[in-house]
Amino acid sequence: MPQNKAILLLEDGTVFEGRSFGAEGVAVGEVVFNTSMAGYQEITTDPSYYEQILTMTYPMIGNYGTNALDWESRKVFCSGFIVKENCPMPSNWRSEKSFSDYLRENKVVGLEGIDTRKLVRHIRNEGAMRGIISSSELNIGVLKKKLGAYPGLVGRDIVKQVTLGQSYKWDKGVVDVLADKELKPAKKYKVIAMDYGIKQNILRLLVSHGCKVEVMGAEATAKQILAKKPDGIFLSNGPGDPAAVTYAINTIRDLLGKLPIFGICLGHQLLGLALGGKTYKLKFGHRGANHPVKNLDTGAVEITSQNHGFCVDIDSLAGKNVELTHINLNDNTLEGLRCKKLKAFAVQYHPEASPGPHDSHYLFNQFTAWMDKVKKRKSKPLLY
Amino acid sequence: MPKRKDIKKILIIGSGPIVIGQACEFDYSGAQACKVLRKEGYKVILVNSNPATIMTDPELADKTYIEPITPEMVAKIIEKERPDSLLPTLGGQTGLNTAVALAESGVLKKYKVKLLGADLKAIKRAEERDRFKKIIQDIGLDVPQSGYAHSLDEAIKVAEEIGFPVIIRPSYTLGGMGGNVAYNIEEYRRMAQWGLDLSPRHQILVEESVVGWKEFELEVMRDRKDNVVIVCSIENLDPMGIHTGDSITVAPAQTLTDKEYQIMRDASLKIIRAIGVETGGSNIQFAVSPKNGKLYVIEMNPRVSRSSALASKATGFPIAKIASLLAVGYTLDEIPNDITKKTPACFEPTIDYVVVKWPRFTFEKFPATSPELTVQMKSVGEAMSIGRTFKESFQKAIRSMEIDRYSLDAKHIKPGLNDEQINERLRKNYWDKLWYVAEAYRRKFTTERIYELTHIDPWFLNHIRDIVEMEANLFAGGLEELMPELLRQAKQWGFSDKYLAMKFGVEETEIRKKRFDAGIRAVYKMVDTCGAEFEAATPYLYSTFETECEANPTKRRKIMILGGGPNRIGQGIEFDYCCVHAAFALKEIGVESIMVNCNPETVSTDYDTSDRLYFEPLTFEDVMSIVETEKPDGVIVQFGGQTPLKLSKSLYKAGVPIIGTSPESIQKAEDRKLFNQLVDKLGLLQPAGATAMTYEQTLKVAGNLGYPVLVRPSFVLGGRAMHIVYDESALKACVREALEVSGEHPILIDKFLDDATELDVDAICDGKTVVIGGVMEHIEEAGVHSGDSACFLPPVSLKPEIIAEVKRQTKMLAMELQVRGLINIQFAVKDDKIYIIEVNPRASRTIPFVSKAIGVPLAKLAAKVQAGMTLEELGFTEEVSRNYYSVKEAVFPFMKFSGADVILGPEMLSTGEVMGISDDYGIAYAKSQIAAGCSLPTKGTVFISVRDADKARGIQVAKKLLELGFKILATRGTCIELIKNNIPSEFVRKVVEGRPNVVDLMINNEVDLIINTTIGEQTIKDSFPIRRTALDRQIPYFTTIRGGLAVARAIEALQKEKLTVKAIQSYYRK
Repeated sequence: MPQNKAILLLEDGTVFEGRSFGAEGVAVGEVVFNTSMAGYQEITTDPSYYEQILTMTYPMIGNYGTNALDWESRKVFCSGFIVKENCPMPSNWRSEKSFSDYLRENKVVGLEGIDTRKLVRHIRNEGAMRGIISSSELNIGVLKKKLGAYPGLVGRDIVKQVTLGQSYKWDKGVVDVLADKELKPAKKYKVIAMDYGIKQNILRLLVSHGCKVEVMGAEATAKQILAKKPDGIFLSNGPGDPAAVTYAINTIRDLLGKLPIFGICLGHQLLGLALGGKTYKLKFGHRGANHPVKNLDTGAVEITSQNHGFCVDIDSLAGKNVELTHINLNDNTLEGLRCKKLKAFAVQYHPEASPGPHDSHYLFNQFTAWMDKVKKRKSKPLLY
Repeated sequence: MPKRKDIKKILIIGSGPIVIGQACEFDYSGAQACKVLRKEGYKVILVNSNPATIMTDPELADKTYIEPITPEMVAKIIEKERPDSLLPTLGGQTGLNTAVALAESGVLKKYKVKLLGADLKAIKRAEERDRFKKIIQDIGLDVPQSGYAHSLDEAIKVAEEIGFPVIIRPSYTLGGMGGNVAYNIEEYRRMAQWGLDLSPRHQILVEESVVGWKEFELEVMRDRKDNVVIVCSIENLDPMGIHTGDSITVAPAQTLTDKEYQIMRDASLKIIRAIGVETGGSNIQFAVSPKNGKLYVIEMNPRVSRSSALASKATGFPIAKIASLLAVGYTLDEIPNDITKKTPACFEPTIDYVVVKWPRFTFEKFPATSPELTVQMKSVGEAMSIGRTFKESFQKAIRSMEIDRYSLDAKHIKPGLNDEQINERLRKNYWDKLWYVAEAYRRKFTTERIYELTHIDPWFLNHIRDIVEMEANLFAGGLEELMPELLRQAKQWGFSDKYLAMKFGVEETEIRKKRFDAGIRAVYKMVDTCGAEFEAATPYLYSTFETECEANPTKRRKIMILGGGPNRIGQGIEFDYCCVHAAFALKEIGVESIMVNCNPETVSTDYDTSDRLYFEPLTFEDVMSIVETEKPDGVIVQFGGQTPLKLSKSLYKAGVPIIGTSPESIQKAEDRKLFNQLVDKLGLLQPAGATAMTYEQTLKVAGNLGYPVLVRPSFVLGGRAMHIVYDESALKACVREALEVSGEHPILIDKFLDDATELDVDAICDGKTVVIGGVMEHIEEAGVHSGDSACFLPPVSLKPEIIAEVKRQTKMLAMELQVRGLINIQFAVKDDKIYIIEVNPRASRTIPFVSKAIGVPLAKLAAKVQAGMTLEELGFTEEVSRNYYSVKEAVFPFMKFSGADVILGPEMLSTGEVMGISDDYGIAYAKSQIAAGCSLPTKGTVFISVRDADKARGIQVAKKLLELGFKILATRGTCIELIKNNIPSEFVRKVVEGRPNVVDLMINNEVDLIINTTIGEQTIKDSFPIRRTALDRQIPYFTTIRGGLAVARAIEALQKEKLTVKAIQSYYRK
């Protein structure tokens, strides 16, 4: 199929020219890169990529196609997708659809055939920046204007746009794709999962760890949540600037100390803010599946999956009764915190992986162990 | 955790000679280990019998033993050196097996030597297949159904349970030796028996065949604190059923979703923990069903492997170096990533390019063997290429092979095949299958059909289809009509200028010009372990056709070294050794070194060997692009063997500053006419000879010269298509091949000096001074390729005045050719006359051997000379003479090529070499034999059968062996001759004479040593079963009479004294 010309314009005026694949059109967003060599389907359906134009450092994407199982949410969330070479003829026993068809159906504009390594180095040196990707409008002036109108991520709450906003029950566990078996043990804990843009593998892992899961919209209040009488609360990942999601921070503050809380990614940042810390934007973020994180409790190193542009400031937590539990070995930024007294802990990275290594699944056990402890106390009220 | 303080002295066992399945990757890993462990303050004791290695350079270890790697000899080294620990995981299977033997025999316990990295239990869990299988099943993973057999009966029972086809894998053999796929009971019996014979434990694994499944490998690292990382994933283009070493492989894995990849990753973590490899690298192989993703664990190497070397080069993560640091107690998070400097080694590399590894075969040297690929490895080398996309990398890999193929050109298809025959070619696993895949696409076969025939994943097939379609577009019109955009795409897809030029029928320069006019030029990207996420500090580069160039050349004085490309018979590690020395030399004199090479196994492609590394094919286009980017002050072509030498003319013409001996001088030595003039001018002798361009001309020339004659093509290394013929009918049989190999150049026909002594001389010259490095006397007579011949340094049988004259002539030739650097001359001495056979104004295969023998790094000195220094400045103006003997012996791959004969001739067949050193030359020779895997008997029965010309000396040999207490068996002619000379010998039948014959006796273990020289096609054919049986049953055999004489002396020496060990550093001390 002949491909149309497509371009990427960055806010500093840099232009990349390539060919379009996926949907035709124009999209704006923050231009970021991910260093995972596989997992593009999970990545594109991760709501945390909302309003982001994503480029993969691995040059050949689409090799194994797409399938019904590897979705991480209800739709493709990134606003644009950039690769060196898209593979139109995928090969894998699970493949159902080519990546280009998948993007087209999900109305995501794709750009291929540019020097993605040049783009990545540019972002690395200059920082993540706003950009516009287009296959329909190629006039730089027009695109510049459009891009100028895009406000960027800082200071904006975009969680509201990705959360489903209503509560629903989730009952699917992790599926072993080779054995075609779902891991679904008896349900011992009732968990409310806050949907700030939640990835489904978190929900699957909760179910597979014996949780009865109900998902609630980002704006649910502490009162609404506690009314469900959960054993624990999960704070999900999600897109954008955490400081702007004030309602969530307030809700978390209200919930603190009442029952065990476990947070991932945006959930980590929101918990950090609720505990009195501050967040800041990283130069170009952490996105990939190979980041070494040291567990400060055990000294062990986990290879982690990451996707975040903002980060909790370690210094801002001084004197806040917060323990640092995990640290990133590449740049020594904060990757995990804990407040034993308030029974809350969170990690900045993605223990649910999908895509990425499974080294950190133990955190789900930690969550259930905390819920166990609390339940035991509840069942033996005389001790208190 | 900090490094261990309880260990101080570490023994490292190398992997010995280069053989199929164990090549220079273990020099790379061992050299890394030595360097880093000494830097950490440990004393390193090294043993390796291979002199052509960097690791055996005297400055790399505290004590270096160039001794045979046998448990007995290593035990002696342990006794002498008393190391407190042994690192067994860096010397390939040889190192591991030797360590296991030392542990099991109690030597390690006796001398309190600890095993580092993997203990005996872990090694056995990984290596013994039944234990391995049980552990794998215990942790919930699957292995193919299988069973062990220790006898043929047992084997048949197992096969019946599993059902055909089955795979036979002998335990504890190298490179999958003896492995086979059997489709029926008949071939199964044969293959099973062979496997049982080959296995040192007489054990074979009979396995459910997963032929046609997809094959993957993961490289895993673990530290003492149980941190585990995956360094690299590799996907094989070739399906299961073809040995990984013979497969085209790709990194990273391409066709796995993250979910499937993570299942494999989880499995690898479980496996390395369950096997209990405490620290270091391991390699785990998986088979994946293309239908449902079902995963089988195939095997695990609890050590650094060939794949680890590949993974290191593919990612920039130095597995061997890190494994060594982990072995002494560091943890991954304590070790910095060399490439980024700022991030730790505890991470998983991510790459933003595609790596293709392509195996190099030499089936043309073993015409009796089927070129089919199986589970037993047959390739002798490999090249790796890096490109931004699979297509680019794939096509770069093809031209990296130096097999005169530049893409999937139709011209390589056997003409006249019909579709059915193409089907057949696709079904068979010949090494050149992919050219037939391309042909199938040209004939409009569908991907599905090709997949059914080849089981190559459609992902790869579709890329080949794209390349074929692109070709059709590219060459639809003339070059003038080729649009720049299409040309750009073709370059991005890896099409080389050379190929485009060939197809358009123009000069390569025209394509270059068109390309430059359109602004299409190669740029360089970095291998940085992190997909550009962090800044890289180490310039490790590859070319691609993108927009941004990261080469960022410096303004320093710089010299570029062209490497030798993939290993092949005739050009191997020796040349890489020289290139590495050149890089080290330049560093020492403050000149920036730029290495260009594409062989992932080598030390030269280690990113810290040179200042800058370009991992690129060695073709005119690829080298020119680098030259244009770097603008070096000089380019060294003298060290990488024939590969860079072949390029020198065109590079010189393009204005590249080639330093060292001038291309005119090289031409003088290579061009027949100019060389004759030179020899005449100097008043020297050479065998009479002439050139010919046609069949008829050749016959005429030979007739005029008189038989025997030596026939050879021009410009080849390793004696390719070279023959000695004793009559016209033999000549007729080989002329065509010689003409074909020689191409547009004439073939050379020389009078052959029968039974002359051959000498090899290496010397160094700066234009003013010539210093002899060493004079080597070949043990085998002239006519056996110098690379295949064993040799003594210094000579043992020549008169001093002859040696003096040889040296004089060497100096004269070096000065006349105005050599800058190294020169190698081969002489033949017959009846006290000295003939010049060949002059090579470049580093020769023997440079590392000579350097080790005399304790002087000749290649390093030569590089400094080329950079402009004089020998006087370098303090090397006198030849070094030593009071001990060094013997080099060649090692052959015959075992891997069923049906191949072991007779030596002018075409080189050896893959590697070993060295024996001793004050006594008999012992030195004996050591070289033991090191080459031939343990000489000191008593027993010798079988002697020699050709008429050898009868006189055959009697000498027999007499000697008789004195040494051997019983003698001989064939009729030899027997009569012996008895005539009062040497009691027993008559034994030749195979053609009925039974029982000599082969029966050999099978009954009644023969301990064989001396068999032959001449003439029929005799060679008749006596073939003797030599083959000797090989298969590992009975020491010698096919030249001089070899027989040497072995008799060696046996005598062995009877007199016990073998002792001595470090080379002590030898050099005088």
